[in-house]
Amino acid sequence: MKRLFRLALALLTLASPAAAEEVVAALSQNRVSITASFDGSEILVFGAVKYERPISEVTPLDVIITLSGPQQRVIVRRKQQVAGIWVNTNAVEVDRAPSYYAVSTTGPLKDILAGTEDLRHKISIPRAIRSVGAPSNVTNSQDFTDALIRIRENDKLYRMQEFETVVFDGTLFRTDFSLPSNLVEGVYTTRIFLTRDKKVVGTFKTFINVRKVGLERWIYNLAHEQPLIYGLMSIFIAIGAGWGASAFFRYIRS
Amino acid sequence: MQIYLPIAEVSVNAFLLLGLGGLVGVLSGMFGVGGGFLITPLLFFIGIPPAVAVATGANQIVASSFSGVLAHFRRRTVDLRMGLVLLIGGLIGAALGVQVFNQLKAMGQVDLLVQLSYVLFLGVIGSLMLVESLNALRKSRHPQPPRAKRGSRPWIQKLPFKMRFRTSGLYISAIPPLIVGLLVGVLAAIMGVGGGFIMVPAMIYILGMPTKVVIGTSLFQIIFVTAFTTILHATTNYTVDMPLAVLLLIGGVIGAQFGTQLGLRLKAEQLRILLALLVVGVCAKLAIDLLVQPTELYSISVVGAV
Repeated sequence: MKRLFRLALALLTLASPAAAEEVVAALSQNRVSITASFDGSEILVFGAVKYERPISEVTPLDVIITLSGPQQRVIVRRKQQVAGIWVNTNAVEVDRAPSYYAVSTTGPLKDILAGTEDLRHKISIPRAIRSVGAPSNVTNSQDFTDALIRIRENDKLYRMQEFETVVFDGTLFRTDFSLPSNLVEGVYTTRIFLTRDKKVVGTFKTFINVRKVGLERWIYNLAHEQPLIYGLMSIFIAIGAGWGASAFFRYIRS
Repeated sequence: MQIYLPIAEVSVNAFLLLGLGGLVGVLSGMFGVGGGFLITPLLFFIGIPPAVAVATGANQIVASSFSGVLAHFRRRTVDLRMGLVLLIGGLIGAALGVQVFNQLKAMGQVDLLVQLSYVLFLGVIGSLMLVESLNALRKSRHPQPPRAKRGSRPWIQKLPFKMRFRTSGLYISAIPPLIVGLLVGVLAAIMGVGGGFIMVPAMIYILGMPTKVVIGTSLFQIIFVTAFTTILHATTNYTVDMPLAVLLLIGGVIGAQFGTQLGLRLKAEQLRILLALLVVGVCAKLAIDLLVQPTELYSISVVGAV
């Protein structure tokens, strides 16, 4: 397996056109199918850095790989105690937050990426989220974005995987991302950044299509496109299932 | 075996769902209750979004009440006329309930609404049942002649729009059954329950219906109101999860078989105390969730794609 993997990388390296320092990469799969038995998925990202000069003459590069789900608009609400019970009171809307976001690096992010570069490429988790303007009654909107990150980190939707990108022989690299089962459909973006002296010197981007398929797809589409028919069908199927099962038990008894 | 629910968009163990349905089935077989008031909170506890739990709960009740109402039709213990009046109220109530539900969903308060409704209704019904069944248990140890009830309800006799309900042997105004039906419709839409636990006592004590037609008539109303609620939730919120409903139902039917057998071995008084304790227990769990400071004060809801 490992040999095959290295061979694939070697081929990739050969196939790429000659240019300045650049990165070539591929994914173990370009599509994730959500079926009825979907229970998360592993994505392997592997690639190679192509140096213009021999490796011995240059300082080695660092690699940062991000995987981002579709962008969403979300509302973060905070509970406060009102008359003894905990009630949602304040809310802050976050304009863009990826439904899933993971960053895998070869080292501590702050040591291999400058703040300005992070701001430009939106690499770290806080930078990947865009929140503009909280309502005037909310003073600490930062708490709300922090909470968004904390909740999604606990749900394994946001991950910081420092040191999890492994580099072999100074050129080949790989990392794993595990997609949880509570995935949102859509196009997932993988970005690879090469950095040297905290500056981004090369980028690469590719996509993964995450789709519901089969029965899941059919039910979801019907529920959203023909809700009346879907509602009626749910009722009749449920009645049929309930009645069928009890008829079955009557048959066993008799 | 994990199963991905297409509408709830979460992956849940299929056997957990079958087991949950089965557990509620055992209880509904034992006690003869619909179980909607148990299944919806249990779905919250395992992480199904409340909006999906309520809508799917309503769908599941349609199915579980269907075979019951057929049996009552065969025994002619359904007062169709009364059922229709209750149903008209119920449909209006369900439409109102779904409106309120959607309004509060937009405001981010729907979880609170559902939980508060559960705490309130389960708390009241549970404590009444507990007190009553403890009294009954005491009396069964020291038997006394039963007192006659069905007292006169003068205020009901004074209301206009009187109708004759032949099967129930009643000549009363249509307003009280309409209001009872309406209230139950609101509950069906907000809580995802059939509402039998409210309607049955109301029919006996407020409308004065004879006990033998109460169950069949309430089931008749419940089927149509919960079916209507299912359609409303399906068309406005897209929150009815068919695979979830079917799994719960299959578990429920199997459970009910065991529940009925188990119920036959226990005494009626003991059964009622157990049911009351169960209702109070679910209520207490929900109340504690509201009263104790949650470990995470913040919550996220997705508005839409960018």
